Amino acid sequence: MMQAEFLSVLLYHCLMTTATKANRKNLLAYLHQVLPKSNILHTPEQTLPYESDGLTAYHQKPWLVVLPETTEQVQQVLALCYHEGVPVVARGAGTGLSGGALPLANGVLLSLAKFNRILDINPSNRSATVEPGVRNLAISEAVAEFGLYYAPDPSSQIACTIGGNVAENSGGVHCLKYGLTVHNILQLKIITIEGEAVTIGSHALDTPGYDLLALMTGSEGMLGVIVEVTVKLLPKPEQAQVILAAFDDVVKAGEAVGAIIAQGIIPAGLEMMDNPAIRAAECYAHAGYPIEAEAILLCELDGTHEEVTEQIRQVEILLKQKGATSLRTSQTDDERLQIWQGRKSAFPAVGRISPDYYCMDGTIPRYQLPYILKRISELAKEYDLLVANVFHAGDGNLHPLILYDANVPGELKRTEAFGGKILDLCVQAGGSITGEHGVGREKIDHMCVQFKSLELQTFHDIKDAFDPHRLLNPGKAVPSLHRCAELGGMHVHDGQLSHPELERF
Amino acid sequence: MQANRTQELQDRVRAAVNDRQMLKIVGGNSKHFYGNPDAVNSNRSEIIETRIHQGVITYEPTELVITVRAGTPLKDIELLLKDNNQMLPFEPPHYGEHATIGGVVASGLSGPRRPFTGSVRDFVLGIKMINGKGEVLSFGGQVMKNVAGYDVSRLMVGALGTLGLLLEISIKVLPLPQAEITQRMSMSQQEALDTMHRLFQTPLPLSALSYVDRQLYIRLSGAHSAVTSAKNRIGGDTMVHAENFWQQLNEQTHPFFTDQEHVQKPLWRLSVPFCAEIDTEEKSYIDWAGALYWLHSDRDAKEIQQLASNAGGSASLYKAENNDERFMPLHSKMKQLHLNLKMKFDPYGIFNFGRLYSDL
Repeated sequence: MMQAEFLSVLLYHCLMTTATKANRKNLLAYLHQVLPKSNILHTPEQTLPYESDGLTAYHQKPWLVVLPETTEQVQQVLALCYHEGVPVVARGAGTGLSGGALPLANGVLLSLAKFNRILDINPSNRSATVEPGVRNLAISEAVAEFGLYYAPDPSSQIACTIGGNVAENSGGVHCLKYGLTVHNILQLKIITIEGEAVTIGSHALDTPGYDLLALMTGSEGMLGVIVEVTVKLLPKPEQAQVILAAFDDVVKAGEAVGAIIAQGIIPAGLEMMDNPAIRAAECYAHAGYPIEAEAILLCELDGTHEEVTEQIRQVEILLKQKGATSLRTSQTDDERLQIWQGRKSAFPAVGRISPDYYCMDGTIPRYQLPYILKRISELAKEYDLLVANVFHAGDGNLHPLILYDANVPGELKRTEAFGGKILDLCVQAGGSITGEHGVGREKIDHMCVQFKSLELQTFHDIKDAFDPHRLLNPGKAVPSLHRCAELGGMHVHDGQLSHPELERF
Repeated sequence: MQANRTQELQDRVRAAVNDRQMLKIVGGNSKHFYGNPDAVNSNRSEIIETRIHQGVITYEPTELVITVRAGTPLKDIELLLKDNNQMLPFEPPHYGEHATIGGVVASGLSGPRRPFTGSVRDFVLGIKMINGKGEVLSFGGQVMKNVAGYDVSRLMVGALGTLGLLLEISIKVLPLPQAEITQRMSMSQQEALDTMHRLFQTPLPLSALSYVDRQLYIRLSGAHSAVTSAKNRIGGDTMVHAENFWQQLNEQTHPFFTDQEHVQKPLWRLSVPFCAEIDTEEKSYIDWAGALYWLHSDRDAKEIQQLASNAGGSASLYKAENNDERFMPLHSKMKQLHLNLKMKFDPYGIFNFGRLYSDL
């Protein structure tokens, strides 16, 4: 085992210090030829704010930060880095939860923050063309006057940007009916590592050739840098109402979800929270959640007035049949938003009751929910940690939030080991280690659990087809086969935390 | 019928890899006309049939997911789903009674419902395949949300079998609408386009907006009350046996496709932005709320392609007797990325060589 550990330390250092021909001084001089001085950050005080993304447990000060303002500048920066063999990490708002925008000590951090313009709104094509640094919510706000909106709504939508949404294939609470980012974009303009501009997709529904739009979506900045996104827009539904149903048993709540779908109804949103999550959210947002309930379901229905009225009645009856102990249906849009406020602020709410928390993002086939929740609570006892569960129940995406205190010696390691067990469970149950937050740096070792060598090799092949020198976001999303081999060996030996030497939190 | 022939198919592919023998993947052979004609390579290709590999692997209606072997007949899947009050939401055309689900995914063709519910690729969740090295690989899965690794499953949709042979496919399904009716109204093409554009921006429960033979067809799907109310708002005549009409359009047995007057001419399919207004000399059938034009034309290919690309879209030669490239050429870097991917998935050019592009 010692040898395995030693090897993995070596591998880790190789990964993090991809050999580069350039020295920093020369690179800075070159960059000054293509960018204004104020768009290059290189002093420690300037680069410090970029050391983490939304997963603040990981931090690494970047070598340099550049903030290009035009597509041509992005092309020049990338061409330069390509030529000099310098790795590049692209960054949007830095709200990602998997360390996907974690900088490299010897790499350029390319911030798209200045690409924040809405370029075109085309109501008759139900599309909008925006730069990648435009915030998710800003798109819906800008198109509201046309009765349209952009459907994917990650909880961070106030801050997160569309470029990052595409890179992570972000979801939100409405994906069951309206899909993920991949279902809601038409066209991307990307810059390849060589600095070439490529248009992927089109403003039409079908585009000749391979579906590179799907390949780019969720590729975590590994294949190209996005400089423009055309999103699909949807007409705002005439009416939306949400039902808040309380249950005295999480299993009953889970069964109610299946019953709604069996009825032939696809809710716009279908969310579940367990008791610890309910208590935290209520304490924080005062949304009127029943704090004694073991689980609540939030079921939102949208569509025409007639459709929503009809389906709300159906779902209310069904929820009562399935053992709901109380029901509350929003009567106004303000009330609807208030009910959602509790769910949307679940993460910060948990952040307030615990010094630290670790958010998991596994997905499972929905019927596995009772089993998984039971196992999670058993594991929580085993690891002596508290968990609050927030669940996109309609599409099987679990967000267990593990509460811990980084200042208590050993709690960190226990938390990570516990989180790893949850991800293993998700894979065993036929699910995935990540539903919407991405692999990034955080879950790179768990890719070895979900995929076998041949599949991982295919991912490396795809990377190679776009970025043969592996300069775009190296060390993220797809682990090297060596790394997995070493991990596999270590698992056999001790079954404990893999890579204890690595900085994780 | 259940038959798992993974091993047999893998052995065939491995042998072909060893012999550098090109393979032409055939399911129900219902879409043989689609893509480049194989005249160029047919004498060098052997046929590998996927219909031997069939059966539903898992289907749990409340999970909204079905996993099937690629050679499973499309009609069997549709019947099974219908028995459970569900459907394939992208309304794939069959073009023959033997059409397989593998062919549906490889061709990536979706029907009139597409702008409202989504396309084949939107509903593919996972695939198992054999690549051009004879390796069996699995990507995606049976869950709706899965962002681990690149989206290889969707990359296979519409690739016409040029990146590998599909073994299994997991697809998201949806409940059948409680009610479905079609309103018909007579109007000029311009009026129809204006109406389609206007309706497309409303939250009405639309599931098709199509214009053919000077008639606009508006299909409404959803809750009874919603469909009835929308019908009253829109007006027009309610069609009886509308499902036959939609089937004819989607299966290309409608007179627009079969009239002797046109059938000799090449059939073009133009995918354009919704707001595009294509000035066609020829009679056309407009679908997808104005985002899809079908026309029979013997005009020069370049001219038709120009028409589509000027509007921000593309034209494909859907059915023709000639040997012209079926799909519009890719620009230089895009072409390079395609060649790179082909080289990675199918380094010896074993699978369906030339079907999508003559050098791919």
